[in-house]
Amino acid sequence: MDLYTFLIQLLNGVQYGLLLFLVSSGLTLVFGIMGVINVAHGSFYMVGAYLAWSLAGMLDSFWLALPVGVALTVAIGLLLEVLLIRRLYGRDHLYQVLLTYGLILVFEEIRSLLWGDDVHGVRIPQVLSASIPLTETLTYPVYRLWISAVCLGVAALMVWVIQKTRFGMMIRAGSANREMVESLGIDVRLVFRAVFAAGIALAGFAGMVAAPVSTVFPGMGNQVLIVCFVVIVIGGMGSVKGAMVASLLVGLVDTFGKVVHLEIGGLKLLPELSSMTVYLLMAAVLLWKPEGLFGAKR
Amino acid sequence: MMRERAVLAAIVVCVVAVLAALPLFAEKFYVQLFAKIMIMAILAMSLDLLLGYTGLVSFGHAAFFGAAGYALALIAPQSGPANFWTSFPLSVAASALLALAIGFLVVRTRGVYFIMVTLAFAQMLFFLFFDTKIAGGSDGIYIDVRPSARIGGWEPFSLDNFVHVYYVALGALALVYLLLRVLLRSPFGRVLAGIRVNEHRMLSLGYPTFRYKLACFVISGAIAGIAGYLSAVQFGVVNPEMLGWQLSASVMMMVILGGMGTLIGPAIGAALWMLLELGFQSLPQAGGVELGKHWQLFMGGFIVLATLLLPNGVGGAFRRLRTPDDDA
Amino acid sequence: MPEVSAGALATRGLTRYFGGLAAVRDVSLECRAGEVHAVIGPNGAGKTTLINILSGDLAPSAGQVILGGRDVTGLAPHRMSKLGVGRSYQKTNVFLPFTAFENCRLAAQSRLPSSMRFFRPAVSNREVNAAAERALAAAGLEGRGPVPVAALSHGEQRQVEIAMAIATAPSVLLLDEPLAGMGAEESACIVDLVKRLAADHAILLVEHDMDAVFAVADVLTVMVNGAVLESGAPAQIRASRAVQEAYLGEFTDEGASGT
Repeated sequence: MDLYTFLIQLLNGVQYGLLLFLVSSGLTLVFGIMGVINVAHGSFYMVGAYLAWSLAGMLDSFWLALPVGVALTVAIGLLLEVLLIRRLYGRDHLYQVLLTYGLILVFEEIRSLLWGDDVHGVRIPQVLSASIPLTETLTYPVYRLWISAVCLGVAALMVWVIQKTRFGMMIRAGSANREMVESLGIDVRLVFRAVFAAGIALAGFAGMVAAPVSTVFPGMGNQVLIVCFVVIVIGGMGSVKGAMVASLLVGLVDTFGKVVHLEIGGLKLLPELSSMTVYLLMAAVLLWKPEGLFGAKR
Repeated sequence: MMRERAVLAAIVVCVVAVLAALPLFAEKFYVQLFAKIMIMAILAMSLDLLLGYTGLVSFGHAAFFGAAGYALALIAPQSGPANFWTSFPLSVAASALLALAIGFLVVRTRGVYFIMVTLAFAQMLFFLFFDTKIAGGSDGIYIDVRPSARIGGWEPFSLDNFVHVYYVALGALALVYLLLRVLLRSPFGRVLAGIRVNEHRMLSLGYPTFRYKLACFVISGAIAGIAGYLSAVQFGVVNPEMLGWQLSASVMMMVILGGMGTLIGPAIGAALWMLLELGFQSLPQAGGVELGKHWQLFMGGFIVLATLLLPNGVGGAFRRLRTPDDDA
Repeated sequence: MPEVSAGALATRGLTRYFGGLAAVRDVSLECRAGEVHAVIGPNGAGKTTLINILSGDLAPSAGQVILGGRDVTGLAPHRMSKLGVGRSYQKTNVFLPFTAFENCRLAAQSRLPSSMRFFRPAVSNREVNAAAERALAAAGLEGRGPVPVAALSHGEQRQVEIAMAIATAPSVLLLDEPLAGMGAEESACIVDLVKRLAADHAILLVEHDMDAVFAVADVLTVMVNGAVLESGAPAQIRASRAVQEAYLGEFTDEGASGT
């Protein structure tokens, strides 16, 4: 593999990883702070992508579609939280998983009814549609670089909110000791609602931003969810730092796994078995640190 | 209490009698439907061992169901039947070995992690078969000729005959049920019960819980393999959906719906679930929309409602009827 | 340091940090067969951490745990149990849905070489059943076997807690505040039980109830702030100025602190 191909794959891997970070950090925050595992989280990624396609078409502007789409996604998420999710606090993880799995089915079918089952493309906004030339034949899309930049920006914002703001302090306190926080007069339920909304917003935003490169297709939500699980198991549940490290690892392993050629003893391993690489990575981490790289040790 | 248990036992006996006589009076469609239900009941009971009795929430149980099916498909020769008496144990062994390998990695995790990694590994297997050409990729493989049960000159049953398949499934269901009852009453079974209630205490009493959980995982996977083999035999085709998380989630719902930790409950749950699926799929058109095509919408809604309203499931009633001695 | 006699549990320089805080600091003590060694001290003195290390629930940061002359530092709880260390918990840690008998039976079953037995019913093993009955009787719960533990009174649940530890036929018993939450009559029963058990076991007792402690203890160790303040015979401890100050100090100078 020459240098430029390597560079392209590296950038792709980092970009994929950063997108994964946005989605998985939402999932891990909701679990770490509220103790709820929401397997329908991936569905909001899908909702974001489909909204990007619809709204970009309707409003004829990707830039307008973004905030509108995120707002709509958050609205749906809040409605869900008020009606259903808040009944899951303190309940068995099994029930949380089952109820939110039921939601996945509902989301998938509503998506099918509203948008159909075809694959759609979303056009990259004009201002980001250029490509940076690397060699005479190879170029790299500016849009992909923009995705990475935006994800990093959101990540920085997240860290700032959690570490430096009063809201962030309430979140950290609420997850450590709910009763204490409540006795201080803070309504923990509202904090939870806000955290859930933030998690949904992250997933939806990631879906919208990714749509132009990943295309919009049925099952994209479930696909990203499973990878998020792998990320969280590797990084450690509840750890944002872990989510970042793991996302990048997974992004890079997955991307390189698809282009590298590996043959051992006549058996063609890569890229034929590229879809298995991240799971094998997860298996390796499980053998070494079952609680994840940055997970809390029991 | 004794009166209620006697009534219950009587109901079970009646149901078994009806099931045994079913092919005599029912149409082919229903015989095949109930064979499918009984196979799902075996799968549900295998998950109940893991989930209801040991407290291990496995969200990737379909992996062991599909593995046996694929094992048969791969063992079966191109033309001509496989031998039932070799292919069946081999396929079940394949599921058991897979459960050993995956279990070794996942049993060391707890709580939510366990749920996630079981799902992830099942997905890995799904992708292995879906993306590669090992076994037909996304289309799956057909098993054109069903396995033959011929030994010497004698053929006890013919798996080409849907009635025979039905009785084999019924027999398997009965045997698996009895086996699990014996297992759960054994010292091993009591350890599993203790692990579910208070694993920490079991450790402090001297039990190396890891190996018991792993053994349970393997046994459960093997039984799922029995169901998978029979399913492959019944339909004559295996495809990646047999390993998919939709099936894993469906089996979980069967167990919860029926009432986990009761064995009979999940069997009932399997029947309920399959009938619900069929019901929703048969919905007519309404307002220009093919409701039946979107049956998963109703399944999903049903799951949400059931989870909210029925924490103990239908078989929860069975649970209440168990005396403390049943736990001894 | 004293030589460790057989069947005894001893620690040497046991230390455990949590972050920067030393919950247990350089603790050396010995718990001999046939005697009751009580560990007392104000709240936060590190007594629970100490017991957790001895039972294997926690690994020490430094120091050794020695059982019958053998170094068992850092062994997992199930291995410590198999080596003969039984433990009861401060917060009742039983199998609530099971009967009292089943709780003890499961505890006794752990002594079988292996529970990977799949075919005969668990309750058909007479030896295990007998051991369970003996443990129940020893703990004063004769006749209460068929009752689900969830239906027992708090005091009876504490008795089951101890019965389970006894049923594992240990040589060393770690009793973590067995009298927690008990009334006067129930406490007297447990004190009696501990006296009887002392004959055949090495007992390490952590307790707050001073009357009970002075009624049963052969040796007392006073811990303050994770370290051993003083150790010796009950009379010596009772007369010690240092010990009195440690306990009084908790209520005067530092208020209700005690970390």
